[in-house]
Formats: sequence, C-alpha cells, structure tokens
Amino acid sequence: MKPPPFDYHAPRDLAEALAVLAGVGERGKVLAGGQSLIPLLNMRLAVPEHLVDINRLAELDTLSVASDGVTVGALARHSRVERSTQAAAVQPLLRKALRLVAHPVIRNRGTIVGSLVHADPAAEMPAALTLLGGSVRLARDGGEVRDVPAADFFTGPLESALRPGELAVSAFFPALPPRSGTAFHELARRHGDFALAGVAAAVTLDESGATTSAKVACIGVGSTPVVLDVTGAEPDEVAHAVRGAIEPDADIHASARYRSHLAGVLATRAIDEANGEARRALDHTGR
Amino acid sequence: MTTKLFGEPVQRREDPRLLTGQGRYLDDLGQTALAAAFVRSPHAHARIKDIDVSGALAVEGLVAIYTWEDLPGRAGQPLPLLIPHPALTHGRTAYPLAKDIVRHVGEPVVMVVARDRYLAEDACALITVEYEFLKPVVGVEEALRSGTLVHEDVPGNVGAHLVQEVPSADGRGAAEAIEAAPHTLSFRLDIERSASMPLEGRGVYARWDADDRSLRVYTSTQSSTSVRMAVAATLGIPLPKVEVIAPDVGGGFGVKIMHPWPEEILVPWAAITLGREVKWAEDRREHFIASAHERAQVQHVNVGFDDQGRILGLDVTILHDHGAYTPYGIIVPIITSTQLLGPYRVGAYRVEFSSIYTNTVIVTPYRGAGRPQGVFCMERTMDRIARHLGLDRADVRAANFIQPDQFPYDQGLIFQDGRPLIYDSGDYPETLRMLKELIGWDSFPERRAEAARQGRRLGIGLGCYVEGTGVGPYEGGHVQVTSDGRVHVSTGLTSQGQGHETVFAQIAATELGVPLERVSVVTGDTRRFGYAVGTFASRAAVMSGNAIALACRKVKEKALRIAADALEADPRDLSITDGVIHVTGDSRAAIPLATVAVLSNPLRYAFDEESRRATQFAGATPPDRPPVAEGDEPGLEGRDYYSPIRATFASGMHAAIVETDPDTAEVKILRYAVVHDCGKMINPLIVEGQIHGGVAQGVGGALYERMVYDEHGQLLNASFMDFLMPYATEVPHIETAHLETPSPLNPLGIKGAGEAGVIPVSAVIASAIEDAEGFPIDRMPLSPSELFDLRADHGA
Repeated sequence: MKPPPFDYHAPRDLAEALAVLAGVGERGKVLAGGQSLIPLLNMRLAVPEHLVDINRLAELDTLSVASDGVTVGALARHSRVERSTQAAAVQPLLRKALRLVAHPVIRNRGTIVGSLVHADPAAEMPAALTLLGGSVRLARDGGEVRDVPAADFFTGPLESALRPGELAVSAFFPALPPRSGTAFHELARRHGDFALAGVAAAVTLDESGATTSAKVACIGVGSTPVVLDVTGAEPDEVAHAVRGAIEPDADIHASARYRSHLAGVLATRAIDEANGEARRALDHTGR
Repeated sequence: MTTKLFGEPVQRREDPRLLTGQGRYLDDLGQTALAAAFVRSPHAHARIKDIDVSGALAVEGLVAIYTWEDLPGRAGQPLPLLIPHPALTHGRTAYPLAKDIVRHVGEPVVMVVARDRYLAEDACALITVEYEFLKPVVGVEEALRSGTLVHEDVPGNVGAHLVQEVPSADGRGAAEAIEAAPHTLSFRLDIERSASMPLEGRGVYARWDADDRSLRVYTSTQSSTSVRMAVAATLGIPLPKVEVIAPDVGGGFGVKIMHPWPEEILVPWAAITLGREVKWAEDRREHFIASAHERAQVQHVNVGFDDQGRILGLDVTILHDHGAYTPYGIIVPIITSTQLLGPYRVGAYRVEFSSIYTNTVIVTPYRGAGRPQGVFCMERTMDRIARHLGLDRADVRAANFIQPDQFPYDQGLIFQDGRPLIYDSGDYPETLRMLKELIGWDSFPERRAEAARQGRRLGIGLGCYVEGTGVGPYEGGHVQVTSDGRVHVSTGLTSQGQGHETVFAQIAATELGVPLERVSVVTGDTRRFGYAVGTFASRAAVMSGNAIALACRKVKEKALRIAADALEADPRDLSITDGVIHVTGDSRAAIPLATVAVLSNPLRYAFDEESRRATQFAGATPPDRPPVAEGDEPGLEGRDYYSPIRATFASGMHAAIVETDPDTAEVKILRYAVVHDCGKMINPLIVEGQIHGGVAQGVGGALYERMVYDEHGQLLNASFMDFLMPYATEVPHIETAHLETPSPLNPLGIKGAGEAGVIPVSAVIASAIEDAEGFPIDRMPLSPSELFDLRADHGA
C-alpha cells in the first residue's frame, strides 16, 4: 500500500497552480485535504503522473459570510466551517451536514470544495449544495472563471463538470430564506461512515404559514444527489414520493429494498424536522 | 509503602511508554534494512503457468526477486502442520511461496526485495504471473456439494471429521434421549467470518551476522520461542545461533499465535542469502487476504428437553470452514464442540464436526477461538427452549446449571489440550443472581412497557459461558535479584499489550516483598528465556504468573537462607519488607536484599564498593567451606516452571438491553452488563480492561463484522472502509461485577481473563434482539438491512 511514482508540484500561488494544472492536464490530480486521494493513491486505485499540492495557496484558505450566502474557499477545512457561528447563522444546513461528515480528525484536514469535486454520491456536501441551489467556481490558466450550478456540477458517481486543467477555487452556499428550516438525517452503519442513505431537507413558509417550498436531497441512493420537490405533499406522501424517485443499488452493507425504505423514512423525518424549524422561525418573526 | 500488590488495581506501567509514542514496534526497527514485498495471487484457485519478472528488472533499487524455485531444502517444503490430531486425516499446509497452484486470493507467489517498500511494490506491479483458472470453492455447503476440490487428494474437501458422544447417566445416546424427550426442537444457525484484526499487522525483521554465523529475528508474534525453533529447523541453523525477539506488539488476538508464517521463513532466509538486513511489515490489505480469519460455521441442532426446560439430549452437527490450509490443525472446532456445553449438564450429548477446505484465507484461532460459536449455539438453544415452554429464559438456564457442590465436574469430553474436560470450580447460580440484579432482569417488563407507550421497542437478552483457560503444556519464569537490589523477571511467552509488565511485576513484588518500581519484566525474548509455549488461550497470567511466583519463592528461600547466616538468625524468623530482610520483632537485625545478592555470588574481583564484601579476603564464607556450597549456585536467582494437570475453567454471564428502531431497523445497545469470574484477580483494573476490549470485539461480531466473499473467492471488503469494526461510538458503556471463585489447580488460584469478554456477546445481542422483535434470530452478525428483511419474512 505505497503509491506508484508521481511528480509532485507545490505551487506558491493560484496563478502558478493554474499554470501547472494547464501543463499537466488530465495527467494531474489536485491534492487539498487528501482524505480521499491519499488512500486511493496508496491502494494504487488512482495513478496520476502529477500531484499538484495546493496547500500553500493561502488565498484559497477563505471563508466569507455575507447576507446572501456563504462562500467557502478551496482550502477551508470542514472543521473551520463547522465551527463558524456566522456561517451557521446564514445557512444552518452547512453545520448540520458537516457534523455528519466522517470524524473530527478527518474534518480537520478535509476540505468542503475537495469533497464536492470528489463527488461521492454518498457524501453530504454535494447534497447540501444541490438542495440549496449553490454553485462551484472553477478557474483555469489565462483568467477564465466559470460558476457551475450544483444541478449541473455532479454528473455521475465520482464525476463532476470539472475539466482537465481547471481548479475548483470556491463553492457558494446560498443563505436560508426567512421562515425556513433545514434538517439532515442519515443512517450510517457506524458513526461517521458514509451513509447507507441520507436525506437533507429544506422547507420555506409564507407569512400565513403555508408551505411555499419543501425539498429533499437524497444521498447514497443514486449516482448523484437526488433532489425532489415535495411542496404540497402530505407528510405520509413524502416517503412514497422519495421511494418513487430513487433506484438505489444493493451492496454488501444494505439491500436496494432496504435503502429505498430507509430513504423514505429519513425523508419523512427530515421534512418533519425542517418543517418544525420553519414554524419556529415563523413564530419568532411573528412575535 | 505496601508491597502486597497482588489484587490491587495498579495502573499499567507500560502505558506511559506506549501512549506517548515510545513503544518500539516491528516497523520502528531496522530503518536501514532492505524492504520485502510480495506478489500475491489475485485468484482464489488457479494453476501458475508462468512467472515473468523481466519487466521489474529495470526498477532502480531492486535487490532480488524470488519464487518457489529459489527456495532451498526445507525452505521449499510445505510449512509445518503445527498441531497434528488423529481426526485431521487430510491436513494440508502451504508452501512459503506458491508452488504450481494457488488456493486463495492473497497467497504469496513472488518475493521482491528492494531498497525501500515503495520500490519493492513498484517492482511487484511489473511482474507478470500467468494463471490457468481453476473453479473456486467458497462456503462449506458448496464445498461439500460441488465436485470441485481445493486439494486434489482431499476427497469431498473434508480435512477432518470428529464425533464425540457422552451418553446420559442411564446409558442413552443423544439420539435416543432426544427421541424419548417430552419436547424436541431442530434448527440451524449461521455464524459469519471475522478476524483478529490487530492494529499492528504482522511483520518480520531479520539480521544475519556473517562473522558470528548467527541470526537475529524480530517478529510481531505471540510465540517467539516456537518461531525460533521453526526458523532454526527450516533454515538449518544451530538453535543456539538463532535469537527471536517479539518487540512491542500492537495486538495479536490470536492471529499471531499462528506460525511460522511464510514471511517468518522467507525474510530470515533472504537476509542470510543477501547478507543484508531485510524487513517486511504487513500492510492492511495483506492482513485481510494473507493472514487468518475465524468464526465461520454452520450448525445444525437437535435438542430434547423436559417440562422444566432441562436438556435430556443434545445433538449438534458443525460444518467448520477452515479455509485453504490447516497449519493450526483443528483446535477451533474442537473448542466449539467441547466448550459449547458451557455451565450446563445435559442428559446426553453428541457433537460431530467436519472441518472443510474452501478457497479462502486460512482459519486459525481469533480471541474466543471457537467458543463464541459454541456459546451462540447453546444459548440460542436455551432461548428456543424457553420460548417453546413459555418459561423465563434465566430460569431455563438455572434449571440446567452444574451446581457448586458438583465440582470438579467431568463433562466426559476431551478438551483442546488432549485432556479430560473437567471443570475445576465455579458458582453459576450466584453468577446468574448477580447478573439479574445488575441488569434489572426482573423489573425489565415494566421498562419495556413504559418504552412501548412511547413507541419504542426494547428487548433484553443474556448469555452464559465457561472458558477453559491456562492450557499447558507449561511456562517458565526466571527471577534474578542483582546487587543493586533490582529484581529482573523474565518469561518466555510474549506480550501484545495485555499488561504483563504490570501484573508479573505485581506478582514478583508481592512474593519477594520489594517495591514495584524495583521490578522489571521482559517477555518474548529468547535471549532471556528460551523455553515457552506462547500467549494464547487466556493463559499468560495462569501459566507465567504461577511460574514467576514459584521462581520468586525459590529466590526468597535462598535469600532468607543467606540472610539467616549473616544475621545469625533462624530463616523462619525472617521476612522481607520494602526490599529489606529483617528479623521479625527486631528492627535492628536487618539486611537489604541487595546485600544478600552481593553475598550470594562469591567474588575474586571487586568492581565497586558493594562487591568488596563478597571477595575472598572479606571473610564472606568460613574458610572450611567451599565459597559456593555443594548443590548451590552463585547468584540470587531462581527459575521455575508451571505445568498444570489440565486447564482451569473461568466463567461468566452477560446481559444486554437493546432498542430496535421500528422504522429503520437500527439496533442500539442501551445497557451491557457483565458478571465475570476468573478466580483470584491479580489486577482488577486490567481484568476490566480485558473485558471491555473483549466486549468491543464481541459487538463487532454481533452487529458489524463479516468477511464478504463472492462466488469467485474474492474478498469484497478487504479494507477498513468496508470491513466494519466498531468504533468507540458503537461500543456501549460496560457495567461489570466480579465473582472470585479461586482455582484449586494453581498456587495463585487464578484463571484466565483474556478472551472472556468476547465469548457470549453475539449470543447475548441475538437474545435481546429476538426478545425485542418476537421472531428467532439464528445468525450473526445482523445488519439493519438484514433485520429489515427478517421483519418482512416474519410479516412483522
């Protein structure tokens, strides 16, 4: 379990990093937190010729919180965002999702943007970004920058819209609207493992308390996060709607039938909790 | 300061070293040694057609590539079959490097030695082995059904077949007793494969001294003395020229009692051949596919019983999956079939096992060593009987208990040490009473009803076991008091983190009346002690503990004799406190043990102030006597051995309360209670730690761990991502209570404690889930997905 030989690059700034990435193209892999890449290298499942270590790029170690949302730089570790009360105030789902990501030691090294680019269909951050309608900012040598909406970013299991030579420099998580609530429920075999299934939910009410939006994003039950609009669905219809929208695979940890059942249960629980949070927010602003 | 340390909860003395990174594990040694890596079979069953190493020759830093054809003499022969048994009619072992045929994924085919491990693995990746595929055999029932053979010359894939039968008191066989019984039940049980999975894998580091023609081998083993004999014999080196040392070992749990592993022969051989230091440290993937697994069994149970639930006849047939080879013999199914009876006396008992070849990793003992399977069988049977009769599950067990006045109790079987299965002592009714009180057995129905009102589903379960511990043949201890007053204890068996440096020191400090700080302990180093068996079967405290105590008594006897001379007193009036020998009732008449050590060794040459007292002009001995008396030896040291007539039997009972989620089928352990009896405890803190670790591994076996082989013999979850060992978050708080029923078999009255925690856990959790769900649980482990499916099957 030692990686095969590769060329190691340690650029000092973004411009240099983009130049290196432009040079190595699809033969290169970006190293940020390394929590997925290093095991893949050691098991020789990933064999990049070039490793581009972006850990010296201080300009990407950013977390900016504004009224419209949270922008997370490519070197911001999970734990930093998890602990940010400002970020949690603007978008509470971030902290809820991050607490389900692996274990503290992994969150101390792993990055949110890295997790998004890795695009594991069982991971929490891609679901949170998709549910909230966020985006990923991609840069390449020569100054070209594009923002890709989450709905277009996740293209398959471990596959994203990132092209060779591009670097994901940040991700944007929109703020939670007023009179809204969120929740993230998942079931993992062990604390911190990738979930057998998980559901993130976001609910928004109007001033009269009627639901204007209710959405769920399911993980572990498809090749990308499965987002479903359940606005107007009765509580007992949510599970049914989710089960109808997903086609989970069986693996050694759970049958497809169980995963489907579980996603329904978790969706009901998540919507219920998000709804309760939205109602409390409404009551709070009402007073 | 007290020196009566036996029985005290002394903090582990090795922990500051081990917890601050000061431990010296195998891979910490030999930083400049060459590194070995292996090309291992990617196929479960195949014939090797060709090995092409040409692609690897250009790797910079490559030193050597070896295949079976390179191995000389005995090194090229099949590895030893360690524990022969008459019932193992078709024992087969592997070659150190595969010859012609590979029989499981992970079997070593080519050995590469290079400047470092990275380069060695690069070279491995460039070696091409051409295989002709053979049909693999996976699973015991498939092995019996299919015409495919794992070994061409082993018909039916059956390596061993053994029947033991104990008739009832009135002479009936089990079948007859069952047929005549008022009630009968028949059912099948399945237990999955798991593995020891120590934090540190295996590893070997060898140094050959070409001038001295001597070999030193460091290996992460549970038996350095036996590895030494195996290496010397296989490589043809005189035994005195071979030293084997177990450095700090990061857990064994059984897998490292298996030996010699191929690498334990190959690495020393390569070191000698190359005249260079060579090291191999197993990585995790290798540990999954090239070490050993355990547990997998299919059991068929027939039982007959009366209206009180007393078992009149029990007939168990076991299919035991031993993997591709049988280097460790059939110890595991022997233990299952004998220890299955637990604390019970059954009317008539018949047990039959077949030990079966499959194209999977070999099976050797893992903590518990066949007992978890046996206990699962017996305790599932007890629960089935209770359910059938509508009786309380604890009452059914109590109705079958061996009573305290029935010891020694002969179960009529032959145990794993080849000796009669005779329980030495125990108090099972009291253990059960304590357990019921600890878990709140009698008040549980109210708790269950209260939870049900909140929509929650709770269940309670229990399990009982008896564990034969401290099997022979022997262990030894050597104790030396040096002229600085320090006490040096050594024993041949090894340590894997159990706390031997603490408990053996407690024994020596207590026996010799010296402060603990003055005692040091060395284990597993053949330079210090050459005769030993090893650390397994919950035997270290019983075996080496008693041997060290006996050695200390010899030292004390000699010390008192010398002191009596010096003090002109009667040895019977002397005692030792804080390292000073004194005449009882006369505080002025005293002599330090250090001085006695000086006097015990008559000298010609003085090398310090103390030693002047022992030289020939100092008048240490009268001129009319030889300086060393006839029959005596110089020095204040003693060596003794403990060799028991048979094993001593520890026991215990566990109970758990679980909650099962009605929607997600998650299982949560709300409470876990243990009552444990290992005789006299040397150190209750360490006993509790052993129980905690064991229960944690048991929780793994009950709810998480399985080796998932597909029909091609590929292990699908050979990593910590998919082989689910419980984290701290999955292990419940463990409540313990102790009962101390001393063993009459050994001087210290102790029984083993190392494996106890793990043994009944699967049975207990199954019992509790069954209670919560209302349908039988007959296999382990059980995932939420499987529980969900079982609910559907039972219309629940």
